[in-house]
Amino acid sequence: MAGELAIEAVGLRRTYRTRTGWLRPRRGSVDAVRGVDFAVARGELFGLLGPNGAGKTTTIKMLNTLLTPTGGTARVMGLDVVRDTRAVRRRIGYVFGGDRGLYERLSALDNLRYFAELYGVPAREQRARIGALLDAVDLTGREHERVEGYSRGMRQRLHIARGLLHEPDVLFLDEPSIGVDPVAARELRAMIAELSASGTTVLLTTHYMAEAEELCDRIAVIAAGRLAALGTADELKHAAAGRRVLSVEAYGVTDAHLAHLDALSGVRDATVEVSGQQQTLRIQTDAHVDVQPAVLRELAGVRLGRVETRAPTLEDAYVAIVNSTRAEAAA
Amino acid sequence: MNPVRMLLLGTLLQVKQQSRSPLEITISLLVPLVQATLAVYLFKAGTNPPALLLAAVGAGMMGVWSSVLFGSGAAIQNQRFQGTLEILMITPMRPAFKILPITLATGLVGLYSVVATLLWGVLLLGVPPSFAAPLWFVVAAPVCVLALGAFGLLLASTFVLLRNANAIVNPLGYPVWLLSGMLVPVTALPGWTGPIAAVLPTTWGARALRAAVTGGPVWPALALCVGEALIALVLGAIALHFVDRRARVTATLALT
Repeated sequence: MAGELAIEAVGLRRTYRTRTGWLRPRRGSVDAVRGVDFAVARGELFGLLGPNGAGKTTTIKMLNTLLTPTGGTARVMGLDVVRDTRAVRRRIGYVFGGDRGLYERLSALDNLRYFAELYGVPAREQRARIGALLDAVDLTGREHERVEGYSRGMRQRLHIARGLLHEPDVLFLDEPSIGVDPVAARELRAMIAELSASGTTVLLTTHYMAEAEELCDRIAVIAAGRLAALGTADELKHAAAGRRVLSVEAYGVTDAHLAHLDALSGVRDATVEVSGQQQTLRIQTDAHVDVQPAVLRELAGVRLGRVETRAPTLEDAYVAIVNSTRAEAAA
Repeated sequence: MNPVRMLLLGTLLQVKQQSRSPLEITISLLVPLVQATLAVYLFKAGTNPPALLLAAVGAGMMGVWSSVLFGSGAAIQNQRFQGTLEILMITPMRPAFKILPITLATGLVGLYSVVATLLWGVLLLGVPPSFAAPLWFVVAAPVCVLALGAFGLLLASTFVLLRNANAIVNPLGYPVWLLSGMLVPVTALPGWTGPIAAVLPTTWGARALRAAVTGGPVWPALALCVGEALIALVLGAIALHFVDRRARVTATLALT
């Protein structure tokens, strides 16, 4: 089994040391990852979900050798990430989201040539490989332009091309679609799916549930530095089994409203998502209880939009998992 | 993997990246021109043509040192700010091969200063281009610049370990200009400065260029400059290896 694993994390931990003040420095520590175990099979597309600060990026950085774990072990393609650092680096690619991480004043072609050298891609193969990657990420014809003039979507595609130059066995994608417009995000998802189909193992972190559900063979949810759930998207949805979701569009819901809704009989969880002026209340309830009249009474005086009851989605399951983990951690 | 090819291409692309920064180019060209103008007018009192040329060359060398000191000293910090440090360090090359092209590029960008001050002196200030050994000058200038770029690797690796590296970069500019004899011969300085000057590759680089302008053997000073730079290169590579390991433990590769 071990030979078939692309990634193996056993009891992986990372504690950051902190220091504040100069004259009398106060030292402390923050446990970012508190003993995470999981394994990813070769060729698998594995998703890592979790709220901000849950430990996703720290976990990825321990697996891709950018951070040394303070506890536990991690192996990539059978190689220990601490002992066999350079061998691991030859076999992995790393792509992160956002605007940074490219040489802005160089062209896309120059960026790719530079990293092809840094990854030791043989000179005779570089031209063909860079050309094929530029085609794959749809940047052919724009490769001589400086990166500083690129849109975020183009930069992200260039990042992916850079990460694939040396044909890595394992690709770490840390929130690659962050800030990318819907069309570019769809193209990005298609590219990731193609990579996985071609046999590359992909570890993807994302905040977009639809992206995770569409792409990932299995998903791990990390919350408060711990692995809170692991399974296929359908398996994770069981975390919200026996529930229904009442979704309410509203304008002007306060924290006090939310606290009252949370306290209603039959309500398992109430959260609010804000998008511009509009709020979307998502109230998870026991499936056999109709809480709609009570909810509408609590929201009397608040301007409301569409109200609907539906079956739980992966996002609802995710919220349930994260909230129950937080509650356990707080207890 | 071909490290030589990697270093050549990496240095070329880093020169390209740095040369397209309006701020860096302004600093590389403008400051040495002001210094060259001041130096030429000060030296004109002596009405000695080689001294005027030395003033132009010396001001150019000051520009090279500034470029190396600020560029290499802050090389790792700059990569961190533009978000390229992590993707650079995650490549399988040894750490020195990843940073050396950047520091060599800072030296080469400094070469613009030498060219600019020479042209400025000859074309606008009427300094006669009377080199005692012009061919030696053409060889020595780029060799000195590359040697200082290699020395920059030691600056890059040690400065990144110092919390207040930025605070010591500025005061390091002027003393090194003086101690290395870029404008004033080291023989004019107090005796106790001699040992300090001797361990600086800038001293031997400036002396080699001075010899190419005024006459005398160029290669001994040039060899010492390259030798000291190679020692600094080895020390810098070792230091960088530990910096890389330490950064992975202390989580200081990224800004966040």
